[in-house]
Amino acid sequence: MTIQQIDPGLVPYQILDVEGNLVGEMPDISAERLLSLYRFMQVGRVFSNKIIALQRQGRATTFGSLAGQEATAVGLAAPMQPQDWLTTSYREIASLIVKGVPVPTLAYSFRGFTPENWPAETHCLPVQIVIGTQMLHAVGLAMAAKIAGDPVVAVGVCGDGATSEGDFNEALNFAGVYQAPVVLVVQNNGWAISVPRHKQSAASTFAARGEGFGVPAKLVDGNDILAVYDTMHEAIENARAGNGPTLVETLTYRIGAHTTADDPTRYRDAAEVEAWRAKDPIARFQKFLTRRDLLDEQRAQQIVSEVEEEINEAVRIAEAMPPMAPDSFFDYAAAELSPRQQAQRADLLRYTDQK
Amino acid sequence: MQMTMVEALNSALGLELERDRRVVVLGEDIGPNGGVFRVTEHLQEKYGEERVFDTPLAESGIIGTSIGMAVYGLRPIAEIQFAGFLFVCMNQLVSQAARMRFRSAGAYSCPLVVRAPYGGGVRTPEMHSDSLEGAFLQTPGIKIVVPSNPYDAKGLLAAAVDDPDPVLFLENIKLYRSFRADTPVEHYSIPLGKANVVREGTDVSIFAYGAMVNVALEAAKQAQQETGTSVEVIDLRTIWPLDEDAITASVAKTGRAIIVHEAPRAGGVGAEITAVINERCFYSLLKPIARVTGYDTPYPVPGQEDYYLPTPAKVMTALREIMEP
Repeated sequence: MTIQQIDPGLVPYQILDVEGNLVGEMPDISAERLLSLYRFMQVGRVFSNKIIALQRQGRATTFGSLAGQEATAVGLAAPMQPQDWLTTSYREIASLIVKGVPVPTLAYSFRGFTPENWPAETHCLPVQIVIGTQMLHAVGLAMAAKIAGDPVVAVGVCGDGATSEGDFNEALNFAGVYQAPVVLVVQNNGWAISVPRHKQSAASTFAARGEGFGVPAKLVDGNDILAVYDTMHEAIENARAGNGPTLVETLTYRIGAHTTADDPTRYRDAAEVEAWRAKDPIARFQKFLTRRDLLDEQRAQQIVSEVEEEINEAVRIAEAMPPMAPDSFFDYAAAELSPRQQAQRADLLRYTDQK
Repeated sequence: MQMTMVEALNSALGLELERDRRVVVLGEDIGPNGGVFRVTEHLQEKYGEERVFDTPLAESGIIGTSIGMAVYGLRPIAEIQFAGFLFVCMNQLVSQAARMRFRSAGAYSCPLVVRAPYGGGVRTPEMHSDSLEGAFLQTPGIKIVVPSNPYDAKGLLAAAVDDPDPVLFLENIKLYRSFRADTPVEHYSIPLGKANVVREGTDVSIFAYGAMVNVALEAAKQAQQETGTSVEVIDLRTIWPLDEDAITASVAKTGRAIIVHEAPRAGGVGAEITAVINERCFYSLLKPIARVTGYDTPYPVPGQEDYYLPTPAKVMTALREIMEP
């Protein structure tokens, strides 16, 4: 039994096995696209490692590790169209990057500032922290698209812990009732901070929740980029075609700590983590690409070096960006500040060096 | 035309649906049933199920999906069946709707109106009479509007729908059908954040909103007749942002202030107004500020609620005390 599954008899959808062998039908993805997916997975991992390193040096705020979940994060966002909306938790930074949010913008946010140039046109809501809440936003965005008659789909993503929240269940219910063009994704990484999957729910799978709400569901190997991509592509285009919502559960594993403030050795075995390192989604995909002659060790190294330089450059840009003005938290408190807020802002400026 | 507040609100909603394709109306039982108070009566018939629709019975779901719709570009007007159920969707309102503009540095906004009936004196079951506006005073990012009559209700609702940020629109249940007032059939708007002097006076200022405006007016008339006291009554109309200039101007003139609201006293609108007066015109005061409010207990059961609510008699007592030499 794996940590994510209560019933090991349920086999998740797989295209690549743990060794990167093709065990399912190859989706129609160009060689160039395959390499781009690989590159995005590396971007996710390198970004995560970089911000964690910066946090250790006091140069970044609290950060939740992305390591081990790159296949799900990249695979869920890659089939989305530019007009599609994405609402995520803090664990899907790589999804935001795939969707077009610039890396310096994200790096700046982990300096403890709100990027003032959040790219609205990427249709990614900024990360919100209250668990599961964003799933309803995705459904609402999809409902609006349907009302407006736009060929737009929304994707909402949460973790296994979020499935216990009311909002997750309400999101599934609204999605089903309104046949909203939405795909709701549960990134089941086995752990909600320190609480393991089997203590989160007695249900055999989270995908099984779909049936109770009349929403079709898929259980997918979340460390298999091709399976995640293929499932998401089908679910997204199905929604766009007017066939309603899908629930997708991806089985993956959080290799790192919950956040930089967490010590997972207090609650889980090192052996479990090591077993999952052996199922690393990037290594798996690399083996597959190598067998297809799309990649070799040298080229892979080169990609990692390029990505590292890209992330370093993004951090340099973010660190060179001026800090937010001390009073700028007033800027977006409302479209128009009340007289009291204006007076408070003027008062604050007496205590800053601003002119 | 003479309209009840229910008719005025229904007229406002119809006009908003008529003039702006982006407007959608949603909530529990608001479709064929027209809402439990009939505020949305006939709207689904006229504007279709796509724009006026019933939701599953889930307040967080209503507000959470409304946020998504508002971000997308629609103008949702969501009904929460009773204000007491706002607790169920507090997270979506406070940590999400109120913060969308802030969190995204203006990339996205949340032009959402949440309508909810509130207020006591109509013998409802538990959690159907509570006044929660005070709880939202600590929620920067949400405006709070409480009309006191049909004319204001229609004009303020139009302004709430036009507002680029989320607005909590609280409708007093007792006022829904208690009287009619002359209300234009056509569209008009009353600006948010501006109080209304409903009775001018020189001796004492009473600040009230919702159903308490009429309670204050009744006491004001009685005081005029009994003792010749000249009472100014200010209908706040908008609880947040507060019209501090109107409060200050009135107290500077009268030197005495009484605040009347149904909600519990602790940390409420009355406390905030008291602080505003203290900060802005303390030296105009001739007497300590008085508050006539609900008590700091849970809202009582129907058999006892008349004891809980502010009444003209309670306001009269405050008036007599504040006018003592």
